[in-house]
Amino acid sequence: MPKPAEVTRPSDREVRVTRTFNAPRQLVWDAHTRPELVRQWQGYEGWDMPVCDMDVRVGGNYKWQWKNREDGSQFGFLGTFTEVDDPSKLVHEQYFDPGDMDFAMPTGDPCIVSLELSERNGLTTLVCTLRFASKEACEGALSTGMTDGMEHSYTRLDDMVKAAA
Amino acid sequence: MQISERLNLTFAALADPTRRAILARLATGEATVTELAEPFAMSQPAISKHLKVLERAGLVSTDIDAQRRPRKLEPKRLAEAVDWIERYREIFEQNYQRLDALLAELQAKPSRRKQTKKQH
Repeated sequence: MPKPAEVTRPSDREVRVTRTFNAPRQLVWDAHTRPELVRQWQGYEGWDMPVCDMDVRVGGNYKWQWKNREDGSQFGFLGTFTEVDDPSKLVHEQYFDPGDMDFAMPTGDPCIVSLELSERNGLTTLVCTLRFASKEACEGALSTGMTDGMEHSYTRLDDMVKAAA
Repeated sequence: MQISERLNLTFAALADPTRRAILARLATGEATVTELAEPFAMSQPAISKHLKVLERAGLVSTDIDAQRRPRKLEPKRLAEAVDWIERYREIFEQNYQRLDALLAELQAKPSRRKQTKKQH
């Protein structure tokens, strides 16, 4: 069982998530860049993913959209790829689209998401860095948007976490 | 105070290694400014400045002993910050566990590959 993800704050406007996978780097890359694979793991408890469009090349766009199964409310992310270095580095802008969600995540300047993959002995380490436009955007996005928005499904996440403990 | 404002203060307070070391020391028990300054090559006024930042964030408070005025840790505020990061981490981890399952599926021998399950 791989070690759980680690989250650190390299600076006041960045969040870094590090995770290792029991798979070759190419597969982890594919899982992040091919829509039919992305749909199978990206998401939130209780939400469907009606939109998963990805044009993975420099200057290409992507769009992800989720829809709540109970009340139909939607939100998503979209942006443009700025670096595509198969299978080691992927960088894209990430704009938040609040759809009909009520929470106050910043929608102005994008977050820059960079994924770096390295492989050793069949294990792939993923370092995902989210760089926000400012300290306020970082904390706003993560504290208010993530947690309040996810209150929708958080009680279920709580149960899952307790059950898994 | 809004939760995001509180978190801003907490993270600003935690961003400094000296302040983190002060918190670590206070986690073992309350201490006066003199006691806190001792392990650092730092003057008491410098330590007091750090303590002010920690107190403004609600992470540290001053106990009532008027003479000694020891500082003590307020664990609830710290727990709130940790909890917030933890929630965020859990969301990522939930996705990554699904990715684990998908990667295992993709690496399975073709003859043993099941029909991949629909998401959620």
